[in-house]
Amino acid sequence: MSTNSLTSTGRAGDSGDKIFSGATLAAGGLILAVLFSVAVFLLIQALPTFSADPAEITGGEGFGSYILPIVIGTVIAATIALLIATPLGIGVALFISHYAPRRLAQVFGYVIDLLAAIPSVVYGAWGYAVLAPQLALAYAWLAENLGWIPIFEGPASQTGRTMLTAGIVLAVMVLPIITSLSREIFLQTPNLHEEAALAMGATRWEMIRMAVLPFARPGIVSAAMLGLGRALGETMAVALVLSGGALDASLIRSGNQTIAAEIALNFPEAFGLRLSELIAAGLVLFVITLAVNMIARWIISRHKEFSGAN
Amino acid sequence: MSKRIDVKDLNVYYSKFLAVEDVNINIEARSVTAFIGPSGCGKSTFLRTLNRMHEVIPGARVEGEVLLDGDNLYDADVDPVTVRSQIGMVFQRPNPFPTMSIRDNVLAGVKLNNKRISKSDADSLLEKSLQGANLWNEVKDRLARPGSGLSGGQQQRLCIARAIAVSPEVILMDEPCSALDPISTLAIEDLINELKSEYTVVIVTHNMQQAARVSDKTAFFNIAGTGKPGKLIEYGETATMFSKPAEKATEDYVSGRFG
Repeated sequence: MSTNSLTSTGRAGDSGDKIFSGATLAAGGLILAVLFSVAVFLLIQALPTFSADPAEITGGEGFGSYILPIVIGTVIAATIALLIATPLGIGVALFISHYAPRRLAQVFGYVIDLLAAIPSVVYGAWGYAVLAPQLALAYAWLAENLGWIPIFEGPASQTGRTMLTAGIVLAVMVLPIITSLSREIFLQTPNLHEEAALAMGATRWEMIRMAVLPFARPGIVSAAMLGLGRALGETMAVALVLSGGALDASLIRSGNQTIAAEIALNFPEAFGLRLSELIAAGLVLFVITLAVNMIARWIISRHKEFSGAN
Repeated sequence: MSKRIDVKDLNVYYSKFLAVEDVNINIEARSVTAFIGPSGCGKSTFLRTLNRMHEVIPGARVEGEVLLDGDNLYDADVDPVTVRSQIGMVFQRPNPFPTMSIRDNVLAGVKLNNKRISKSDADSLLEKSLQGANLWNEVKDRLARPGSGLSGGQQQRLCIARAIAVSPEVILMDEPCSALDPISTLAIEDLINELKSEYTVVIVTHNMQQAARVSDKTAFFNIAGTGKPGKLIEYGETATMFSKPAEKATEDYVSGRFG
């Protein structure tokens, strides 16, 4: 019988190879298992809320009327944060990657990264003690001069602990995420395409618009979505800064609440059905975050053909 | 359209390193000039100084003058952006913008500086430029498709179409065929022959047959050794350069004895 010498000398079955592939499989499986068990925990613990008598839920009108205002509050806070942080983050990242002299860019990068290392409770304390009183003055002006716009309707909060302040604090918190991710992507723009633009007589800004931003677009969306995830789930800073209350269209009055802060503020004293309610609120937040991520992926995939990946 | 280039006493530095030394050359309008020489002899570096593209590299600078019909590119108040809009460039690797359609790629330069252009003008310029690059028949039915979906040779002709769409005075080509197969190379060479009726073309090539086929004049660059600056050894009519060059080094190089 002839033996195939190619099968006997191969190294495909080496133990190192097997261990490594096993380890990666285990790591991947672990992530899924953790995510799955969190989802199951949320579902099981939240179930009593959905079957309970609507009159027994906080507010007395069922879970829907309880959760809707804080869902809207969560989305508003995160939207304010993204509206401020995305353009600012892209601008800072572009400055670091394409405008600043190399040494200054490095220092700048470190400072931005340092912002990400500050604990959220510190941001909360800063927003509460420093930012809010300053903004209260601006809010009074807004209420007086732009009060006819519903979101700036007076009377403005005296303490400044409003939704807009919470959104601004969140913006500062997500800024380093968006900036450092965008910067990495901007730096990866192929030289080839930057030179193509410059060689046609593009100015630096035109080159950025022609070559850098289109290339970085999916990355910017991902960066913004990571920032959004942080803003949606941020608890401590919002709990400290926002003087919460009922849903209110005006962003410069006390009122409104986010899911994460609602859970944090009420969790220590909650038991029984109230506990279940809060966990159900957590489940809703989980679903919102998941939905946001899926939408982001869909946005990115729509432009695959023009992404340069082909 | 189409201007001549006169280079006077040009030195190119990368920081303190002298990369190209003392080049003097006169390039006629409406002609094809080829730069040949071994790798690292500074011919690509020198080519880039003709439209100030070397300034993209940190620390790169020049001494001397490059005159475009008598106007020095390096006068203090000359903006490199202006220079590059008149002196276009085609690169070694085809580089159409991957996020743009074929149409947008060709019109990219025209739309710079927020210039407004009517749709009918844009359409005729698009067709004229693609015709000029011998690409129109291949892409006319898919102008809205991404430029990155074309073959390498088509992409390179798209880049040439993009370069000629802005009606430059001069077109610089940095080894435009080195990433292409022989058929695509032939298509580009035919195109270069047609381009010289309207443009001044300067081409860097490693392929001596190519230099002999497409150019009117040839410049031979060489380097004495690693770390030494590149120099222009000889410049003359292509036919003379390949049959009876004045310099021994040129003869050795074109006959394949080194490099």
